[in-house]
Amino acid sequence: MNTKELIVEKIKEKFGESVEEVSDFRDDLCITIKKDQIVNLGKYLKEDPDLQFIMCKDVTAIDWATRKKRFTTVYHIYSFKLNYALRLKSNIDDNPPTIETVSFVWQSANWYERETWDMYGIKFINHPDLRRMYMPEGFEYHPLRKDFPVLGIPGSLPLPFKAE
Amino acid sequence: MGLEAVLQKDGFLTTTIDAIVAWSRKSSVWPMPMGISCCAIEMIAAADPKYDIARFGSEVMRFSPRQSDLMIVAGTVTYKMAQVVRRIYDQMPEPKWVIAMGACTSSGGMYRSYSVVQGIDQFLPVDVYTAGCPPRPENLLNALMTIQDKIGKTKARDFQNRSLAELEHSQN
Ligand code: SF4
Repeated sequence: MNTKELIVEKIKEKFGESVEEVSDFRDDLCITIKKDQIVNLGKYLKEDPDLQFIMCKDVTAIDWATRKKRFTTVYHIYSFKLNYALRLKSNIDDNPPTIETVSFVWQSANWYERETWDMYGIKFINHPDLRRMYMPEGFEYHPLRKDFPVLGIPGSLPLPFKAE
Repeated sequence: MGLEAVLQKDGFLTTTIDAIVAWSRKSSVWPMPMGISCCAIEMIAAADPKYDIARFGSEVMRFSPRQSDLMIVAGTVTYKMAQVVRRIYDQMPEPKWVIAMGACTSSGGMYRSYSVVQGIDQFLPVDVYTAGCPPRPENLLNALMTIQDKIGKTKARDFQNRSLAELEHSQN
């Protein structure tokens, strides 16, 4: 059994119904899971002795703009034991977009989730310190959303006063 | 044949205080290197032996705003950084000058986006703009010489009773 089959089989066995999609596009294995199972899946992948996905390399999101479930959160995790990088996805809907934090599973997800909150406005429930990462505090928008104009919203970011 | 040879006897010279002050000021412009991104590398290159900014009396890059006369803003200024740049500028003693080095500082450059200030003249009084992405060190030296010309034309009394409207604003 090769690595991919092992991973898929283990996840399917444990999570069954909650697995929405398994795709293997261009040799990239990607598991889409229901949003309420993301923490359990993360814990399982990290702690299972055969898998040991102990490293979280990235957390980000996709804004689909017009889709019913507007956002997808994306997690890139890595197992040193299998030498394999796996992608997890979870579809979440708007108003407001929320998902449980995985920062208690992988410490490194803490800042990645802050960045995702800053750029997409996805609220990570139970996150220990969900502040903005790049934009100044007090900024009201989320710049990587599709409905945000690329030049920004005039007046939303204050500049220092200049007397003329 | 040096200065010593000429100064064998007591010499004297007639000039104006303004001319002497302006000449000293323009020959020792101490820069505050506000190197925020890639342009800073060319600013550093301007200080190396090949371009040698010391020829213009400006080799003392001061990393303390209290000791500098010229702020070289070299790099992309984001809205978040703008507050810092302005604060450092406010901390510099008068009289002071500003070079906007590179396309980013002059106009936002290739970063036509929500996070980058589209030209630092929105919050700083700029004296010289420098074109290029990044400008060559010669171009920076040219900007410096332009500033020197500008300083050479000043009079000491120009800087008396300057209004510090922004400073009062930032302190309140
Ligand atoms: S003008 Fe070009 S070189 Fe200078 S900071 Fe901007 S991008 Fe970098």
